[in-house]
Amino acid sequence: MNRLFFQPHQAGLSKVQAAEYTLRNINPDVLFEIHNYNITTVENFQHFMDRISNGGLEEGKPVDLVLSCVDNFEARMTINTACNELGQTWMESGVSENAVSGHIQLIIPGESACFACAPPLVVAANIDEKTLKREGVCAASLPTTMGVVAGILVQNVLKFLLNFGTVSFYLGYNAMQDFFPTMSMKPNPQCDDRNCRKQQEEHKKKVAALPKHEVAPEEEEIIHEDNEWGIELVSEVSEEELKNSSGPVPDLPEGITVAYTIPKKQEDSVAEVTVEDSGESLEDLMAKMKNM
Amino acid sequence: MADEATRRVVSEIPVLKTNAGPRDRELWVQRLKEEYQSLIRYVENNKNADNDWFRLESNKEGTRWFGKCWYIHDLLKYEFDIEFDIPITYPTTAPEIAVPELDGKTAKMYRGGKICLTDHFKPLWARNVPKFGLAHLMALGLGPWLAGEIPDLIQKGV
Repeated sequence: MNRLFFQPHQAGLSKVQAAEYTLRNINPDVLFEIHNYNITTVENFQHFMDRISNGGLEEGKPVDLVLSCVDNFEARMTINTACNELGQTWMESGVSENAVSGHIQLIIPGESACFACAPPLVVAANIDEKTLKREGVCAASLPTTMGVVAGILVQNVLKFLLNFGTVSFYLGYNAMQDFFPTMSMKPNPQCDDRNCRKQQEEHKKKVAALPKHEVAPEEEEIIHEDNEWGIELVSEVSEEELKNSSGPVPDLPEGITVAYTIPKKQEDSVAEVTVEDSGESLEDLMAKMKNM
Repeated sequence: MADEATRRVVSEIPVLKTNAGPRDRELWVQRLKEEYQSLIRYVENNKNADNDWFRLESNKEGTRWFGKCWYIHDLLKYEFDIEFDIPITYPTTAPEIAVPELDGKTAKMYRGGKICLTDHFKPLWARNVPKFGLAHLMALGLGPWLAGEIPDLIQKGV
């Protein structure tokens, strides 16, 4: 995101500070509130949740929408945790490591899949990875891809807030082939996040209470009849050594796959040593570690 | 995927049972106990294998951890301070270990000294939530990172 607004004369400023300055210059009538901290720590998370629930246009009211423009999995999971707990609608966005694909996702806790419902979705690259990955470098970055993703994100926000057009629950962008898969995912009833499951229950109750004719199906699967580019579903997962160690892959439309699968919980074929409860207290254990 | 030796070491680290993060109060205490037991066992294993390479301790709440690690190369022992916070989404997400002394010296590191782990680590961690704990993070995360980066840095004379 910082490639979109950071300018050379702002070197030394934090990202949020630079963002505020640049944006304020563009439109001084917008109200800004910036915080520069790591939201994943216990101390900061509480403050983060507090601002979501109280930082709306009128202080004390929750915000209308949260947009996630972070660049790592941990921060997204943290935002997901907060929004599930607060029942806060949010949109997640991201660009892949190789910078040639990206996506946006609308998450309404209980109604659509949360970020933890399924392993991270990956827009299939369908290119020879070796042409992109350079030895010793972790990630690539293209401000053009980010510009496109930012554009479709804001477009989706406008449609959502101003109620026009079709708001996509998921919109992917494959820059190499200019392929934009869309779809929507139902929440996972066995989601790891307790609050997600709770939100699903609440949502079901709400839907059941509605008069019948108001419930309109808004999810449509887009099926591509002619596949003139020969787009194939290429799995990005390289960990699939043993069939029985992989888990179920959700039913996804063409061009989208999961980054990895979680194996089913039951069988443990490999004998693992589990921690035994030795009955020692936490302080005893801390002391034991210190004296080693 | 990790090599044979790492796999063997990891298989001897006790796995954890409680799926609890720092916001879960009593369950977190339970998880902390399991973390310590697993770590103690791992360090014991290391001592027996003559490969005692780290020490870790935490603050009282178990949310902030710090310690030291050692790496031996060409008969010289290099020592580094390490630290990390437990994220609120733990154990679904792994903590980011930081080696502040090496901040800015290698490309495999984010600003602030957080080490950059390989593509393999995150899916591996996610597939094993909540069985993996801090001991596994050390064995599969910091260990291989040191093994990859330190000789390189030494060679560059940093």
